[in-house]
Amino acid sequence: MASLQGYVDHRVLLILQDGRAIVGVMAGYDQKSNVVLSDSKERVYSMEEGVEEIPLGLYLVKGDQIVLIGELDEALDKAVDLSTVRAEPLPPIRY
Amino acid sequence: MLIFSVFKTLTDQQVTVELKNDLSITGTLKSVDQFLNIRLDSIKVLDEARHPHMMAVKNCFIRGSVVRYVQLPAEHVDTQLLEDATRREAAAQQKR
Repeated sequence: MASLQGYVDHRVLLILQDGRAIVGVMAGYDQKSNVVLSDSKERVYSMEEGVEEIPLGLYLVKGDQIVLIGELDEALDKAVDLSTVRAEPLPPIRY
Repeated sequence: MLIFSVFKTLTDQQVTVELKNDLSITGTLKSVDQFLNIRLDSIKVLDEARHPHMMAVKNCFIRGSVVRYVQLPAEHVDTQLLEDATRREAAAQQKR
């Protein structure tokens, strides 16, 4: 089964249907892949300036809004200076 | 259900998943479930320069409902068998 069990208590990156990227520690999930993130931050990407991190706190994300959940390699993630990263925001889902 | 079984036979193979947000991710297929949610290991995003968002991500869970295509390794799919099986399933469904 492709379950989310391995991600609990890990720092994860969530990509949502509207293109937003949220990082946080996965506190829990259920069978509909609804996810609770603690200490979460939205990462706003733009071409004009570096990545902006907006603190969100404790977040519950509905499963149907989720595109992808990735486990963050924390050492690798810390090594990246986000203020130097410039990129287009991810496009929203188009059916 | 048939496609679920096909994916199960492809675990540990290299696949490329194209998402409905035009992101393409290559990785080792670790598992699938009934919704065709996919777990990939050692992932690589195509055109990484344009999409640095997932630089620090090594494995991921993709929701089945946002997958547009999955590129399969041709040598691990018996196309003839798959064709027969899908037609048999379609015929059985029509009878019902």
